[in-house]
Amino acid sequence: MANSSTLNTTAAGIDAVSDRVGSGPSGRKPRKVISQRNIILYGLLGVAALYYLVPLYVMIVTSLKGMPEIRMGNIFSPPLEITFEPWAKAWASACTGLNCDGLSRGFWNSVRILVPSVVVSIAVASVSGYALANWRFKGSDVFFSILIVGAFIPYQVMIYPIVILLRELGIYGTLTGLVIVHTIFGMPILTLLFRNYFTSLPEELFKAARIDGAGFWQIFLRIMLPMSLPIFVVAMILQVTGIWNDFLFGVVFTRPDSYPMTVQLNNIVNSVQGVKEYNVNMAATLLTGAVPLIVYFVSGRLFVRGIAAGAVKG
Amino acid sequence: MSTRAEAPGPTHASQTHASPAKANPARSVARRPNQLFRNLNSKIASIPMILVAVCVFLGGTLWTVVYSFTNSKLLPRFSFVGLDQYYRLWDAPRWVISIQNLAIYGILSLIFSLAIGFLLAALMDQKIRFENTFRTIFLYPFALSFIVTGLVWQWILNPEYGVQSIVRSLGWADFTFDPLYDPSIVIYGVLIAGLWQGTGLVMCLMLAGLRGIDEDIWKASRVDGIPMWRTYLFIVIPMMRPVFITTLVIIASGIVKVYDLVVAQTSGGPGIASEVPAKYVYDYMFQAQNLGQGFAASTMMLLTVAIIVVPWAYLEFGGKKRG
Amino acid sequence: MATSVSIRDLSLSFGAVTVLKDLNLDIHDGEFLVLLGSSGCGKSTLLNCIAGLLEPTEGQIYIKDRNVTWEEPKDRGIGMVFQSYALYPQMTVEKNLSFGLQVAKMPKPDIDKRVARASEILQIGPLLKRKPAELSGGQRQRVAIGRALVRDVDVFLFDEPLSNLDAKLRSELRVEIKRLHQQLKNTMIYVTHDQIEALTLADRIAIMKSGVIQQLDDPIVIYNRPRNLFVAGFIGSPSMNFLRGEINEVNGQPVFSTHGVNFSLAGYQTSEPLKAGRKVVLGARPEHIAIDSDVMGGEAHEAVVDIEEPMGADNLLWLKHAGHLMSVRIGGARRYAPGSKVRMAFDMSMASLFDAETEDRI
Repeated sequence: MANSSTLNTTAAGIDAVSDRVGSGPSGRKPRKVISQRNIILYGLLGVAALYYLVPLYVMIVTSLKGMPEIRMGNIFSPPLEITFEPWAKAWASACTGLNCDGLSRGFWNSVRILVPSVVVSIAVASVSGYALANWRFKGSDVFFSILIVGAFIPYQVMIYPIVILLRELGIYGTLTGLVIVHTIFGMPILTLLFRNYFTSLPEELFKAARIDGAGFWQIFLRIMLPMSLPIFVVAMILQVTGIWNDFLFGVVFTRPDSYPMTVQLNNIVNSVQGVKEYNVNMAATLLTGAVPLIVYFVSGRLFVRGIAAGAVKG
Repeated sequence: MSTRAEAPGPTHASQTHASPAKANPARSVARRPNQLFRNLNSKIASIPMILVAVCVFLGGTLWTVVYSFTNSKLLPRFSFVGLDQYYRLWDAPRWVISIQNLAIYGILSLIFSLAIGFLLAALMDQKIRFENTFRTIFLYPFALSFIVTGLVWQWILNPEYGVQSIVRSLGWADFTFDPLYDPSIVIYGVLIAGLWQGTGLVMCLMLAGLRGIDEDIWKASRVDGIPMWRTYLFIVIPMMRPVFITTLVIIASGIVKVYDLVVAQTSGGPGIASEVPAKYVYDYMFQAQNLGQGFAASTMMLLTVAIIVVPWAYLEFGGKKRG
Repeated sequence: MATSVSIRDLSLSFGAVTVLKDLNLDIHDGEFLVLLGSSGCGKSTLLNCIAGLLEPTEGQIYIKDRNVTWEEPKDRGIGMVFQSYALYPQMTVEKNLSFGLQVAKMPKPDIDKRVARASEILQIGPLLKRKPAELSGGQRQRVAIGRALVRDVDVFLFDEPLSNLDAKLRSELRVEIKRLHQQLKNTMIYVTHDQIEALTLADRIAIMKSGVIQQLDDPIVIYNRPRNLFVAGFIGSPSMNFLRGEINEVNGQPVFSTHGVNFSLAGYQTSEPLKAGRKVVLGARPEHIAIDSDVMGGEAHEAVVDIEEPMGADNLLWLKHAGHLMSVRIGGARRYAPGSKVRMAFDMSMASLFDAETEDRI
């Protein structure tokens, strides 16, 4: 209130209007920080946040405990004695029933699958999206519609025909085969993403390039690509998390020695032989979740943009 | 189109969309090039998309539907048996349980994820502090795979060490909550995990929808003296109908596919209590070597999705024609 | 005259950004006040403060001699019309009008009466059963006004209500709003960036720049006697000609000199002495420069026509003189070829002189 009185005097000096500001309410309405509204608001948000955070917390503390401690305490209690042994075991020597060299094999398999799949699927889809946005031909929209409808078809419906197709081509069970499968099923969402993005670019730009004599590939490589970095990043985020998290295609289209990480994780945790080592299991789970989590935390808003673009515009 | 194509003239070659880079001068004087070569580069570039759309999505789906009427066992065989596979399917207790589970899981998952997702979005829209932190927390499970999700919740719901044992150790010695070992409630255990993974996405979509509402609408309702909850209920939610419908379709078509979550969390157990259609399909196609059953079951899944998607697509794109 | 809305020492800042600074403003009962300025000048912010949609950092707001600074918008006795109409899209026009009253638990017969009155005044009776999406832009804006009308309030607030309409509709609705004001005689506060709207509608205009009111006056006074260089340049289209120079004395009479040419300042009204050597800016509106036959005796200067812009009723001539390029408005029938020579003179009784440093009117 001292503030308002000083303001009063200065105002009087400037405007030569004395006593403009009367008594009574003035300025910002005072508000308690701890109001009923805020308690409810942040209370609800806090409870929700707890529900979402607890599993992550449980994974971390469990993975840092020894088995005796797990059998003694409860899953929420922090580790009395931190040990990284479960992590080492999960990475290097956990058993899947087939072999006992841990998740490392699955990790490298996943990397080998991920890199070409991301590159090929984005390359193919970006060119398709570009053709659909700027070089439409008779029937192109029909194919695109089929593609988008196809995004809703359960994978289980198309999986067996693809098995036959790949077997005929002699690439069933190979890395090439799996890359093709990821490219196929990434295509609807990615093509949509790129088509919408390229359509949003000013058409004049494209027309100007046409008049300057540039062709299909020149315009794509020289004009469209340099302007599209953000959408490529969004597509990459989408594909990296999507392909890394895939389980079904990994099971169906690879052989046991080249199973991706998710499949191997499931085999380690759900293998029936031996004593259950919950700490190793949780370490393995965290290791498998680490890649998409890192992508998520690093990319932040772009991740949100990616899923929003993928979801809402669909 | 045809009249224009017949009209000869030197200007036409330059009118074609993407004449190949090295245009033949002799050709530009001659007739208009064949329709097939118009925009040729674009067509070449679209071959993968066309192949995927036609051969895989369209062809593959038709193939599966057709073969669901055969008695293929280990290998697909083209011998029709009519609706036999479907009769067998609906006679199988495992399939019926799968469908029941899908219905329970699906309906509850829709209701809860829409309700929780909208509630969280509405809370987030109150100009709160730490909005980014909360968003990050609510959405991170969506970045994780269903396998990871299933395994974590398998551990948390573990009756010996998890929630049940903790509540018991707090004094309620009779407390029982072991969904993963109780066939009658196992699907709710899966539901808890599924909601954990997916509501963040719904929250994000809803928040985007809320942010898309004209600020002036809020101002107008304040001037009119309409309390906030009534503004949400009678003005904002009706305005967000398209967002709700789109979200509903996205979640619903995802629910039909639910597979990894169940595999990781319960492996369909105890017994067959948490089986789902997608798992039925996989098991019959790749393990029981009864392809006909797998095809029939996957065709039923397709039908379910069609029932969800077709009316929506008709509403969304049918009227306007252009999407 | 009684005061309807009174704003006292109002300040508003968002963090380090100050949007409104110690603003004082008294609006009379039944007055049509226009807040005019370019985007970001704080005019909409001020309106939102009056409505109670934004909280001021400092200062008070009185409506009808009641301190409403901390009151909710609904309790302030105001109705508001928005640029985007802000109609509730899922409700019929009738429901849009009555919803606020229903929430306030007004008896049904009273609501019906109010809706009927509003729809009669605005002639939207036939539209009552329709939804906003089925209405044209002009109809929607009328419904939006109706929603303010049924609240039966003392003060109407308009936040750029016509900006989303095309030019023709805008001028039509402008007339309607003016008629509405004459009929209802309520206090109306109207925010716009369109100077034509401001000049045609306002009893008084408040021109704002960076959160400060530059001039508050009759439209005619603002047009003819702008208080500073900003107001002079902001109002009027095509805009006022500005010539930089200084005051000199020739034969004991003050003159305006620029690039070695002298213009007599005889006829310029000011209370200040026009001291020689003062750096000034001379402002003259295009219609206040006389050429050829319009020059009424006195001195005249020779200028060269650079280009002409015929606009139908008027013809805008661009003249080059003494290193300046200035526009002159003449009748549409009078044509000049580029390069032709004309005699020109300023109508000093209508001109404005500004101090070059303070930019204030002399």
